[in-house]
Amino acid sequence: MATLVQAVRLALHYGETYLGVTDIFGEDVGPPLGGVFTATQGLRTAWNSPLDERGILGMAMGIAYAGGRPVCEIQFCDYAFNTIDLMKIAGNQRWASGGNYDMPIVLMTPSGSGIRGSLYHSHSFESWASRLAGWKIVMPSNALDAYGLMLSAIADPNPVMVLLPKALLRVRGEQKIPGEPEDEEELKRMIDAPVGDRTGWQPRWPPVQEYFVPLGKAALVRTGHHATVVSYGRTLPLCVKAADELRESHGLMFDVLDLRSIFPYDWHAISQSVMKTGRILIVNEDTEVTNFGEHLLRRVIDHHYYDLLVRPRVLLGQHIPGIGLNQEYEKNSVPQLPQIREAMRALATEEA
Amino acid sequence: MAREIVQPEENGLAVLSDITSGEYSLPAERCLEIYRLMVRARAMEERMIKMSKSGEGYFWIGGPGEEAFNVPLGLQVKKGRGPDYDYLHLHYRNSGTLIAMGMPVIDGIRQMAMTWTDRHSRGRNFVGHYCVPEWNVVPVCSVIGVAWVKAPGTAHVQKRYGGDGITIVVGGDAGTAEGDFGSCMIWSTRPGNELPVLMIVMNNGYGISTPAATQHAELHIVDRGKPFGIPGEVVDGNDPIASWHAIERAMRYVRQERRPYMIEALVSRLYGHSSSSGAMRVKDERDCVAEFGQKLIEAGVLDEEGASAIRKAALDECEKALEQALKEPKPTADDVRRFTYASSFHDVVYPDDYTGLPNGD
Repeated sequence: MATLVQAVRLALHYGETYLGVTDIFGEDVGPPLGGVFTATQGLRTAWNSPLDERGILGMAMGIAYAGGRPVCEIQFCDYAFNTIDLMKIAGNQRWASGGNYDMPIVLMTPSGSGIRGSLYHSHSFESWASRLAGWKIVMPSNALDAYGLMLSAIADPNPVMVLLPKALLRVRGEQKIPGEPEDEEELKRMIDAPVGDRTGWQPRWPPVQEYFVPLGKAALVRTGHHATVVSYGRTLPLCVKAADELRESHGLMFDVLDLRSIFPYDWHAISQSVMKTGRILIVNEDTEVTNFGEHLLRRVIDHHYYDLLVRPRVLLGQHIPGIGLNQEYEKNSVPQLPQIREAMRALATEEA
Repeated sequence: MAREIVQPEENGLAVLSDITSGEYSLPAERCLEIYRLMVRARAMEERMIKMSKSGEGYFWIGGPGEEAFNVPLGLQVKKGRGPDYDYLHLHYRNSGTLIAMGMPVIDGIRQMAMTWTDRHSRGRNFVGHYCVPEWNVVPVCSVIGVAWVKAPGTAHVQKRYGGDGITIVVGGDAGTAEGDFGSCMIWSTRPGNELPVLMIVMNNGYGISTPAATQHAELHIVDRGKPFGIPGEVVDGNDPIASWHAIERAMRYVRQERRPYMIEALVSRLYGHSSSSGAMRVKDERDCVAEFGQKLIEAGVLDEEGASAIRKAALDECEKALEQALKEPKPTADDVRRFTYASSFHDVVYPDDYTGLPNGD
């Protein structure tokens, strides 16, 4: 099975071949490197840019004004903070001009912890991003969703930010991407650039097919009646694992929702699940003060106050200035499996 | 009968003298065309200033004092839609450019009056924040400097497309302190990927209230282009004839060479930064409209009566435009969310436009 980062690469190949992508660019995005996480190796329209995040986003907007379909990369979301006013502008172009200009750009950027990234390769960005009205924000947690969300992001005529969970980029999917070869080693030979000299290397693209994951559609990845867990990105597979373990150990059954789209989010799926279970936990690793999960919590309280059996809750990253390199820092800064499992157990077993 | 132009008959053909300024000249008809447009642009701005004081509009910001450069710019733009034509990343003092390109005065007034019929922003944005997709005028943004980083994007598409369309980006002198100005130079001169960008700095000597001389040590802003190999020149932006030729040279270079060029236009700021500083007439700066009118009178192509008629026609046009704009529909509460999103087949929550927070419960 393809890894998540291979899925992104395959989606970009599909995008530049069939969906009109004209430019895939950013620092180290073109040859020879093809992206620090290899997301852009071998792509026909990939090119290297100056180390200038504002320039990268500005270039994308300019290309879009002139009818192009750009996908730009900011190498780590930790370096996107100096672009936030440009992000606001990208998000407001259509609204501010009364529909005169669309802004069909895709910005992809690795987000979150999990690669021992220290202060500036571990930030989360979705809470900041969720405040950028006019954008759509997605964050896949597996390879197939990464492929399908990338295709939707590319095809959508609005600015879409694809947050790629760093910790999961090398994780292989459990479901095949349509058109992906059976043998993962064969896929590697086809599309991974060789280590060392790459001057003569060309990818051999498998015949990948169209596969869209709709924006705004969550995935119910585990089903249960005891409680609801909502997550996305790095913490999603941890929630799934915790759900499986608690089913084994305590007989507790959880609805686990992979939100996939931060905005627009699938309120219907959250709402339906809360109506069923009366118990909800929201898990993500962004810092906890003014966290996107708090917005979801507010809506749960607004809409389902009288449906809740126990207090709704969140499990989020600590409100600290960064994530320290020593793993004691990291594992105690952002939610890990044991805390998630304990929070889920407590949620499901608290007396109503 | 007011005299607008002297047409000495010679063998039955009209022979019109050129108007000269220093080493440059322009045909008299062209000068009169420029003058009329300058007067109309000025009249529109002054009418808007009155609107800001009468309550018919709120905040005013604009370009009185930049007409002598902005009008010749607008007249020389290759006007149209798509990469074969020029893209304009303007700042909020470019009314003269839009008027010269053919924008009716009422289109500026409507924005000041915040009507739903405001074609630039549906009553959402400040005045002078133009957006005309059929002329490649991308949305003007209040944020200083951001146009510098967006301009290379349109130029990148134009370079790849071929043709002779260029990207024109305009900003003030204070905004060149933003890193985005450096970004524009870097992205426009990547070796092997040089871009057809005409960078224009309108140097009025101020950033709001702060004199440029107290913050900038560089002699000329165009000097900053030298390490990048960007040719540039400083022009008297109060002189429409000198400005016309500077723009013509710059455009010829950028169109043909497909590389950037920089113009620094020294201009006046005749009503201060904006209405926030009172929008009071400044007395000690040159007034390009008055100067050029006088020049045309002295050259004998216009007389006082003719100049007066041009001014009156412009004022009447503005009054009629305002009268009409004030009758037109305003945005309503139902319009708040409109135009947030373009329709998408791939969005299950907002397939058409934004409709408020996601729901479905």
